[in-house]
Amino acid sequence: MEQIIFFFIAFLAVGSAFFFIFGKNPIYAILSLIVTFFSIAALYILLNAQFLGIVQIIVYAGAIMVLFLYILMMLNLNKSDESKKQNVMKFLGVFTAGLLLVGILGAFRGIKMGTVAVSTEAGVGLTKNLGKLLFNEYVLPFELASILILAGIVGAVLIGKKDL
Amino acid sequence: MVKKIYSIMGDTNLFTQTIPLEYFIILSSVLFCLGVLGVLIRKNAIIILGCVELMLNSVNLMLAAFSSYKGDGNGQILVFFIMVVAAAEVAVGLAIIAMMFRNTKSVDVSIFNKLRG
Repeated sequence: MEQIIFFFIAFLAVGSAFFFIFGKNPIYAILSLIVTFFSIAALYILLNAQFLGIVQIIVYAGAIMVLFLYILMMLNLNKSDESKKQNVMKFLGVFTAGLLLVGILGAFRGIKMGTVAVSTEAGVGLTKNLGKLLFNEYVLPFELASILILAGIVGAVLIGKKDL
Repeated sequence: MVKKIYSIMGDTNLFTQTIPLEYFIILSSVLFCLGVLGVLIRKNAIIILGCVELMLNSVNLMLAAFSSYKGDGNGQILVFFIMVVAAAEVAVGLAIIAMMFRNTKSVDVSIFNKLRG
Protein backbone atom coordinates (compact mmCIF):
# COMPACT_ATOMS: atom_id res chain seq x y z
CA MET A 1 0.00 0.00 0.00
CA GLU A 2 2.67 2.49 1.01
CA GLN A 3 4.80 1.42 -1.95
CA ILE A 4 1.91 2.03 -4.35
CA ILE A 5 1.35 5.53 -2.93
CA PHE A 6 5.06 6.32 -3.11
CA PHE A 7 5.47 5.09 -6.68
CA PHE A 8 2.36 6.94 -7.84
CA ILE A 9 3.57 10.24 -6.38
CA ALA A 10 7.14 9.72 -7.61
CA PHE A 11 5.90 8.93 -11.11
CA LEU A 12 3.74 12.07 -11.06
CA ALA A 13 6.70 14.20 -9.94
CA VAL A 14 9.16 12.84 -12.49
CA GLY A 15 6.63 12.85 -15.34
CA SER A 16 5.59 16.44 -14.81
CA ALA A 17 9.25 17.46 -14.43
CA PHE A 18 9.88 15.84 -17.83
CA PHE A 19 6.98 17.74 -19.33
CA PHE A 20 8.30 20.93 -17.74
CA ILE A 21 11.67 20.54 -19.42
CA PHE A 22 10.55 19.36 -22.83
CA GLY A 23 7.26 21.24 -23.15
CA LYS A 24 7.14 23.82 -25.91
CA ASN A 25 4.60 26.24 -24.44
CA PRO A 26 6.10 28.05 -21.40
CA ILE A 27 2.73 28.44 -19.65
CA TYR A 28 2.01 24.68 -19.73
CA ALA A 29 5.60 24.02 -18.65
CA ILE A 30 5.25 26.22 -15.56
CA LEU A 31 1.85 24.65 -14.76
CA SER A 32 3.39 21.18 -14.83
CA LEU A 33 6.19 22.43 -12.53
CA ILE A 34 3.41 23.34 -10.07
CA VAL A 35 2.24 19.70 -10.25
CA THR A 36 5.79 18.60 -9.39
CA PHE A 37 5.86 20.90 -6.38
CA PHE A 38 2.49 19.63 -5.18
CA SER A 39 3.67 16.03 -5.38
CA ILE A 40 6.81 16.94 -3.43
CA ALA A 41 4.51 18.49 -0.81
CA ALA A 42 2.58 15.21 -0.70
CA LEU A 43 5.85 13.36 -0.09
CA TYR A 44 6.66 15.74 2.79
CA ILE A 45 3.30 15.00 4.37
CA LEU A 46 3.84 11.25 3.96
CA LEU A 47 7.23 11.68 5.66
CA ASN A 48 5.35 13.20 8.62
CA ALA A 49 6.85 16.62 7.92
CA GLN A 50 3.49 18.36 7.90
CA PHE A 51 4.91 21.83 8.49
CA LEU A 52 7.19 21.54 5.46
CA GLY A 53 4.35 20.23 3.33
CA ILE A 54 2.13 23.18 4.14
CA VAL A 55 5.00 25.66 3.67
CA GLN A 56 5.80 24.02 0.34
CA ILE A 57 2.22 24.50 -0.84
CA ILE A 58 1.96 28.08 0.45
CA VAL A 59 5.40 29.38 -0.55
CA TYR A 60 6.28 27.40 -3.66
CA ALA A 61 2.99 26.51 -5.31
CA GLY A 62 1.21 29.56 -3.95
CA ALA A 63 3.69 32.41 -4.16
CA ILE A 64 6.73 31.59 -6.27
CA MET A 65 4.97 29.81 -9.12
CA VAL A 66 2.23 32.45 -9.26
CA LEU A 67 5.02 35.03 -9.61
CA PHE A 68 6.44 32.95 -12.48
CA LEU A 69 3.04 32.75 -14.19
CA TYR A 70 2.46 36.46 -13.66
CA ILE A 71 5.78 37.42 -15.26
CA LEU A 72 5.19 34.94 -18.09
CA MET A 73 1.76 36.40 -18.85
CA MET A 74 3.06 39.97 -18.52
CA LEU A 75 5.84 39.35 -21.02
CA ASN A 76 3.40 37.66 -23.45
CA LEU A 77 5.87 35.27 -25.06
CA ASN A 78 5.18 33.52 -28.31
CA LYS A 79 5.79 29.85 -28.85
CA SER A 80 8.41 30.47 -31.49
CA ASP A 81 10.29 32.93 -29.33
CA GLU A 82 12.91 30.45 -28.23
CA SER A 83 15.77 29.99 -30.65
CA LYS A 84 16.76 26.44 -31.36
CA LYS A 85 19.86 24.95 -29.91
CA GLN A 86 21.91 22.70 -32.13
CA ASN A 87 21.23 19.01 -31.80
CA VAL A 88 24.85 18.33 -30.89
CA MET A 89 24.55 20.65 -27.91
CA LYS A 90 21.28 19.00 -26.86
CA PHE A 91 22.86 15.58 -27.07
CA LEU A 92 25.83 16.78 -25.04
CA GLY A 93 23.47 18.21 -22.43
CA VAL A 94 21.57 14.92 -22.11
CA PHE A 95 24.85 13.01 -21.95
CA THR A 96 26.22 15.28 -19.21
CA ALA A 97 23.06 15.08 -17.11
CA GLY A 98 23.00 11.28 -17.43
CA LEU A 99 26.65 11.11 -16.42
CA LEU A 100 25.89 13.27 -13.37
CA LEU A 101 23.01 10.95 -12.41
CA VAL A 102 25.24 7.90 -12.68
CA GLY A 103 27.91 9.66 -10.65
CA ILE A 104 25.54 10.68 -7.85
CA LEU A 105 23.91 7.25 -7.62
CA GLY A 106 27.33 5.57 -7.67
CA ALA A 107 28.48 7.81 -4.84
CA PHE A 108 25.40 6.94 -2.79
CA ARG A 109 25.88 3.23 -3.38
CA GLY A 110 29.09 3.35 -1.38
CA ILE A 111 27.33 4.53 1.78
CA LYS A 112 26.40 1.83 4.24
CA MET A 113 22.75 2.61 4.87
CA GLY A 114 22.19 -0.22 7.30
CA THR A 115 24.26 1.41 10.00
CA VAL A 116 21.73 4.20 10.58
CA ALA A 117 18.71 2.91 12.45
CA VAL A 118 15.37 4.17 11.20
CA SER A 119 13.82 6.31 13.89
CA THR A 120 10.34 5.35 15.06
CA GLU A 121 9.75 8.82 16.44
CA ALA A 122 7.05 10.42 14.32
CA GLY A 123 6.52 13.85 15.87
CA VAL A 124 9.67 15.54 14.56
CA GLY A 125 8.09 17.42 11.69
CA LEU A 126 5.10 18.79 13.58
CA THR A 127 4.82 22.55 13.83
CA LYS A 128 5.10 22.50 17.62
CA ASN A 129 8.46 20.73 17.68
CA LEU A 130 9.91 22.62 14.73
CA GLY A 131 8.79 25.91 16.29
CA LYS A 132 10.55 25.08 19.52
CA LEU A 133 13.71 24.31 17.58
CA LEU A 134 13.39 27.39 15.37
CA PHE A 135 12.90 29.86 18.20
CA ASN A 136 15.48 28.38 20.55
CA GLU A 137 18.50 27.33 18.55
CA TYR A 138 17.90 29.11 15.27
CA VAL A 139 16.67 32.53 16.38
CA LEU A 140 19.63 34.42 14.91
CA PRO A 141 19.38 32.85 11.41
CA PHE A 142 15.63 33.42 11.54
CA GLU A 143 16.11 37.13 12.16
CA LEU A 144 18.86 37.36 9.54
CA ALA A 145 16.47 35.79 7.05
CA SER A 146 14.20 38.80 7.47
CA ILE A 147 17.09 41.10 6.51
CA LEU A 148 17.72 38.89 3.46
CA ILE A 149 14.06 39.15 2.44
CA LEU A 150 14.16 42.94 2.90
CA ALA A 151 17.28 43.15 0.72
CA GLY A 152 15.52 40.97 -1.86
CA ILE A 153 12.48 43.27 -1.94
CA VAL A 154 14.63 46.40 -2.30
CA GLY A 155 16.75 44.75 -4.98
CA ALA A 156 13.72 43.59 -6.99
CA VAL A 157 12.16 47.07 -6.92
CA LEU A 158 15.48 48.70 -7.78
CA ILE A 159 16.12 46.40 -10.74
CA GLY A 160 12.55 46.36 -11.97
CA LYS A 161 11.95 50.09 -11.94
CA LYS A 162 12.33 51.72 -15.32
CA ASP A 163 14.26 54.86 -14.49
CA LEU A 164 15.61 55.47 -11.04
CA MET B 1 -8.38 1.75 3.91
CA VAL B 2 -9.04 4.73 6.17
CA LYS B 3 -7.51 2.89 9.09
CA LYS B 4 -4.48 2.08 6.96
CA ILE B 5 -3.97 5.72 5.96
CA TYR B 6 -4.44 6.76 9.57
CA SER B 7 -1.73 4.34 10.57
CA ILE B 8 0.60 5.89 7.99
CA MET B 9 -0.01 9.33 9.47
CA GLY B 10 -0.17 8.16 13.06
CA ASP B 11 2.27 7.84 15.88
CA THR B 12 4.65 5.26 14.48
CA ASN B 13 4.75 6.45 10.85
CA LEU B 14 4.56 3.18 8.92
CA PHE B 15 5.64 5.04 5.80
CA THR B 16 9.27 5.41 6.87
CA GLN B 17 9.21 1.82 8.11
CA THR B 18 8.15 0.29 4.80
CA ILE B 19 9.74 2.60 2.22
CA PRO B 20 13.54 2.35 2.20
CA LEU B 21 15.51 5.59 2.32
CA GLU B 22 17.16 4.62 -0.98
CA TYR B 23 13.92 5.30 -2.86
CA PHE B 24 13.98 8.91 -1.74
CA ILE B 25 17.66 9.24 -2.67
CA ILE B 26 17.00 7.88 -6.16
CA LEU B 27 13.92 10.07 -6.66
CA SER B 28 15.66 13.27 -5.61
CA SER B 29 18.78 12.42 -7.67
CA VAL B 30 16.58 11.96 -10.74
CA LEU B 31 14.80 15.26 -10.10
CA PHE B 32 18.13 17.05 -9.58
CA CYS B 33 19.53 15.68 -12.83
CA LEU B 34 16.35 16.70 -14.67
CA GLY B 35 16.94 20.24 -13.36
CA VAL B 36 20.54 20.17 -14.61
CA LEU B 37 19.34 18.85 -17.98
CA GLY B 38 16.83 21.67 -18.26
CA VAL B 39 19.46 24.30 -17.52
CA LEU B 40 21.73 22.78 -20.16
CA ILE B 41 19.30 22.36 -23.05
CA ARG B 42 16.80 25.21 -22.73
CA LYS B 43 17.31 28.80 -23.79
CA ASN B 44 14.25 30.47 -22.28
CA ALA B 45 15.48 32.35 -19.20
CA ILE B 46 12.24 31.82 -17.24
CA ILE B 47 12.39 28.05 -17.79
CA ILE B 48 16.03 28.04 -16.69
CA LEU B 49 15.08 29.82 -13.45
CA GLY B 50 12.34 27.21 -12.94
CA CYS B 51 14.91 24.46 -13.43
CA VAL B 52 17.03 25.98 -10.67
CA GLU B 53 13.92 25.87 -8.46
CA LEU B 54 13.47 22.20 -9.37
CA MET B 55 17.04 21.46 -8.28
CA LEU B 56 16.52 23.29 -4.97
CA ASN B 57 13.36 21.29 -4.39
CA SER B 58 15.04 17.97 -5.02
CA VAL B 59 17.73 18.83 -2.48
CA ASN B 60 15.01 19.90 -0.03
CA LEU B 61 13.27 16.56 -0.50
CA MET B 62 16.45 14.63 0.26
CA LEU B 63 17.17 16.74 3.36
CA ALA B 64 13.63 16.23 4.65
CA ALA B 65 13.82 12.49 3.99
CA PHE B 66 17.12 12.13 5.89
CA SER B 67 15.77 14.27 8.72
CA SER B 68 12.57 12.29 8.97
CA TYR B 69 14.29 8.91 8.86
CA LYS B 70 16.79 9.92 11.51
CA GLY B 71 14.20 11.58 13.74
CA ASP B 72 16.14 14.85 13.89
CA GLY B 73 14.43 18.19 13.31
CA ASN B 74 17.50 20.20 12.31
CA GLY B 75 17.33 19.08 8.68
CA GLN B 76 13.79 20.36 8.33
CA ILE B 77 14.84 23.76 9.73
CA LEU B 78 17.52 23.85 7.03
CA VAL B 79 14.86 23.09 4.39
CA PHE B 80 12.81 25.99 5.75
CA PHE B 81 15.76 28.39 5.38
CA ILE B 82 16.45 27.12 1.85
CA MET B 83 12.84 27.98 0.98
CA VAL B 84 13.32 31.51 2.36
CA VAL B 85 16.45 32.04 0.28
CA ALA B 86 14.74 30.59 -2.81
CA ALA B 87 11.86 33.04 -2.46
CA ALA B 88 14.24 36.02 -2.34
CA GLU B 89 16.22 34.61 -5.25
CA VAL B 90 13.16 34.21 -7.44
CA ALA B 91 12.00 37.77 -6.75
CA VAL B 92 15.35 39.23 -7.83
CA GLY B 93 15.77 36.80 -10.74
CA LEU B 94 12.36 37.53 -12.21
CA ALA B 95 13.03 41.28 -11.88
CA ILE B 96 16.25 40.77 -13.86
CA ILE B 97 14.36 38.79 -16.52
CA ALA B 98 11.67 41.48 -16.81
CA MET B 99 14.41 44.12 -17.18
CA MET B 100 16.11 42.00 -19.85
CA PHE B 101 12.84 41.64 -21.73
CA ARG B 102 12.24 45.38 -21.58
CA ASN B 103 15.62 46.11 -23.13
CA THR B 104 15.80 43.39 -25.77
CA LYS B 105 12.18 42.20 -26.35
CA SER B 106 13.24 38.62 -25.76
CA VAL B 107 14.00 36.25 -22.89
CA ASP B 108 16.49 34.20 -24.87
CA VAL B 109 19.69 33.71 -22.89
CA SER B 110 21.82 33.52 -26.04
CA ILE B 111 21.63 37.31 -26.38
CA PHE B 112 23.81 37.47 -23.30
CA ASN B 113 26.65 36.54 -25.66
CA LYS B 114 26.96 40.26 -26.22
CA LEU B 115 28.09 40.66 -22.63
CA ARG B 116 31.46 39.11 -23.26
CA GLY B 117 34.10 41.69 -22.60
